[in-house]
Amino acid sequence: MKSQILQTATKYMLPILLLFSVFVLLRGHYHPGGGFVGGLVASIAFVLHSFSNGTESTLRLLKYHPRVFVPFGLLLAAVSMFAPVFFGLPVMTGLWLDEPIPVIGMIGTALFFDLGVYIVVIGVVLTILFTISQYSD
Amino acid sequence: MLFAVLSGLVFSILLIPFGRYFRGRLSVLAGLLPIALFVYFLTYIPEISSGQTIRTSAAWVPSLGLNLDFYLDGLALLFAMLITGIGSLVFLYAAPYLKGHPYIDRFFAYLSLFMASMLGLVLADNILLLFVFWELTSISSFFLIGFNNDRADSRKSALVALGVTGGGGFLLMAGLVLMGHLSGTYSIQEMVQSNEFIKNHAMYGLILFLVFAGAMTKSAQFPFHFWLPEAMKAPTPVSAYLHSATMVKAGVFLLARLFPVLGGTDYWSYPLMIIGGITMLYAAFLALFRTDLKSILAYTTISALGVMVFLIGMGTRESLLAATVFILVHALYKATLFLVTGIIDHETGTRDITQLSGLRKVLLPVAVAALLAALSSAGVPLTFGFIGKDLIYEATLHQKELWATVLTGLALLTNVFLLCGGFMAGIRPFMGKLPARYSGLHLPHPLMWTAPLLLAVLGVVFGSFPSLVDGSLLKPAAQAIAAQPINSPLKLWHGFNEVLLLSAITLGAGSVLYFIFKPTEKKQDWILGFQRFSTYRLTSSLNRYFLRLSARFTGFWHNGYLRSYLFRIVAFAGAVVAYKLIKIGLIPLDMARVSPVTIYEIGVSLVMVLGVFLTLTTPSRLTAVVASSVVGYCLCLFFVFYSAPDLALTQFTIDTLTVVLFVLVLFRLPSFLKFANNRVKFRDAILSVGFGLVIAISALHVLNEPVNNEISSFYGDNAYRLAKGKNVVNVILVDFRGFDTMFEIVVLSISAIGVYSLLKLRLKPSDKE
Repeated sequence: MKSQILQTATKYMLPILLLFSVFVLLRGHYHPGGGFVGGLVASIAFVLHSFSNGTESTLRLLKYHPRVFVPFGLLLAAVSMFAPVFFGLPVMTGLWLDEPIPVIGMIGTALFFDLGVYIVVIGVVLTILFTISQYSD
Repeated sequence: MLFAVLSGLVFSILLIPFGRYFRGRLSVLAGLLPIALFVYFLTYIPEISSGQTIRTSAAWVPSLGLNLDFYLDGLALLFAMLITGIGSLVFLYAAPYLKGHPYIDRFFAYLSLFMASMLGLVLADNILLLFVFWELTSISSFFLIGFNNDRADSRKSALVALGVTGGGGFLLMAGLVLMGHLSGTYSIQEMVQSNEFIKNHAMYGLILFLVFAGAMTKSAQFPFHFWLPEAMKAPTPVSAYLHSATMVKAGVFLLARLFPVLGGTDYWSYPLMIIGGITMLYAAFLALFRTDLKSILAYTTISALGVMVFLIGMGTRESLLAATVFILVHALYKATLFLVTGIIDHETGTRDITQLSGLRKVLLPVAVAALLAALSSAGVPLTFGFIGKDLIYEATLHQKELWATVLTGLALLTNVFLLCGGFMAGIRPFMGKLPARYSGLHLPHPLMWTAPLLLAVLGVVFGSFPSLVDGSLLKPAAQAIAAQPINSPLKLWHGFNEVLLLSAITLGAGSVLYFIFKPTEKKQDWILGFQRFSTYRLTSSLNRYFLRLSARFTGFWHNGYLRSYLFRIVAFAGAVVAYKLIKIGLIPLDMARVSPVTIYEIGVSLVMVLGVFLTLTTPSRLTAVVASSVVGYCLCLFFVFYSAPDLALTQFTIDTLTVVLFVLVLFRLPSFLKFANNRVKFRDAILSVGFGLVIAISALHVLNEPVNNEISSFYGDNAYRLAKGKNVVNVILVDFRGFDTMFEIVVLSISAIGVYSLLKLRLKPSDKE
């Protein structure tokens, strides 16, 4: 599906969509959004890119194969899950900084957990889609 | 004691990462473990022989009554010494025997796993624990019998053994649980206290049946004996260890261990005496017709096990002492004969006694060991076998008048056959002229021939000086079985009496039989002809039918078509829910509670209907996918209408990705869409409409259910207070129910790995080579 228009469009769409996905991720704690949806939006951004430029070029763009994202995200989620244990609290207790940080807002373990979900979702969706699309080529 | 049991398990686990160091010369070092354990149990002899018992306990699964309770009394000690003592020799013997075998480390892992489970079995006081180890011995012996797993017959005989012993184990478990249930405890020693209650209970017969089934299958009693000769496919050290000294005696051990709880009644005695009697005579008779050394030994072993069961069934003080002594006697001479057979097989490459002769000229120490073992099995004076046989006759003679004659006759006949079988295996290969092809033979590695020689010499030493093992090992064991003191000491000389006469008759008749009866291929074939009616045939043909049935069953349900799986799953789920809905009956639909329909909703619904219509009628797959995704997007709009923005957002992105996925896959399929005939279409239509209806009606039911707001209001109230979030849905996902989310992303990852690995495997077929 080589289309000049789509190629040009995705060039600008990709960063905007990714930024939007991060926005969805961060606002999740207060408004509709969150890691899962954010991850899906980010995956769609990459899928769109792969549609117009081919899977190979998206994989080159990503630098690492998306499957690498999966364990990384799982690790991040697991660490944020078990982090309270080191403070003598039960697993999954929310730990929060006292003051909000500009732009991002409140920072706590839940955010990192959500970030982990975000990364896993990107990894899983892209791994499945790219594997299938490479298989069908 | 816990450590002693677990050391074998630990060792076998350690052999997984470090096994490669044990493949070479170091393999001999594996023998250090059983030797150390042997010494460890040796140190308990003074305590046990003075009448003490040792009990240790550690909680494992207390809620199930399953604890690591170990109990060391005379019986357990006798078996523990056998297991570790013969185990040591077998370990040392196996190292040169399997030298250069690529999987020798694996062999030692299985062997030590087996040793550990056997030790656990004899030391366990908790019957559930005993059962766990019982099954572990079956499993580890499965691996050992099938050790040469590149041979089909070896694999098959391993399966047969596992099938028979596993089936018996299943029944045994039921029996043990029943016992535990009746007596209210799972400790054998505590059960002894309530033995009267169990014996008088209506379930007593059933318990006996189940326990006997377990013991009979494990100890290869008629009619379950057939797995033992089959199991001779195992490497010979395994046969020596499992099938002479230890595993097959587990059934005998179980009977001995449970004798104080269940034994001493007619229901106990007669079945065991009948089964044991049949087994000992039948197997001893069959042994005569075998030409394969290991086969002869297998049948004489079955016969010996029959003798033990017979004696325990008799249940008098003399018979229990005789059984105890015979256990040790048999272990010593039978292990020797097996090890000798292993050497012969190793050196000459054959175990056919019609081919072998004169080997004493080249394998003198081996011949000496075999001779001593054969004499002990024959019960020649000054060998341990003589004492064992005397006790057997004494036990049978002490029965009531008619019984005494019958049982003594039975024992006499069995002993004559056993003697002949022992001579055939222990003497015949070494006598006569040495064929020229064997003249170049030389002795194997010293470790290999010292092991049987040591055992054989021990048999003579114990036979000449029975006091060595009498008070220290055998009497405590017999007392543990009988649960009462036993006083008569083992003696060499009882004076001229009936017992001595019977021994002499046995020796004379057996020797005569040995000299006039020569086993040949022809006779073996003649006796094999009767196997048509054997239980082995019966079970194996049952097996075949079962396999065929399950193949058909699997073929029918798992035909590999995704559409048929989908059809069955949807049909089943729909039918189940529909049945429930019909039972509930009509729903009182309260129109007043339904919110008014808006113009948007009507519009979106119309689009949905159009989408469905297009999906069904379009001839192009791509259009169908796009049209069905329109339905999905419309659904998202409904979520928005009913203030579930999170759901709408997620549904929207998921729908998008689903379309992409569909397109990726459909892209490769042929473009036409006409593959189902009208009948199939009609069937699918009914199914989908029906399922849709079921779901719609259930949704209406949900509306009607009384709403419990407790949970949602808890989340609503506490989202900000406890988790500092204002979006309740997200707070639930990442905080309140974070565990769920964690497992969900793990599941997602697994599915990604699944897709990736499945398709990558297909991508490079060349890598499969």
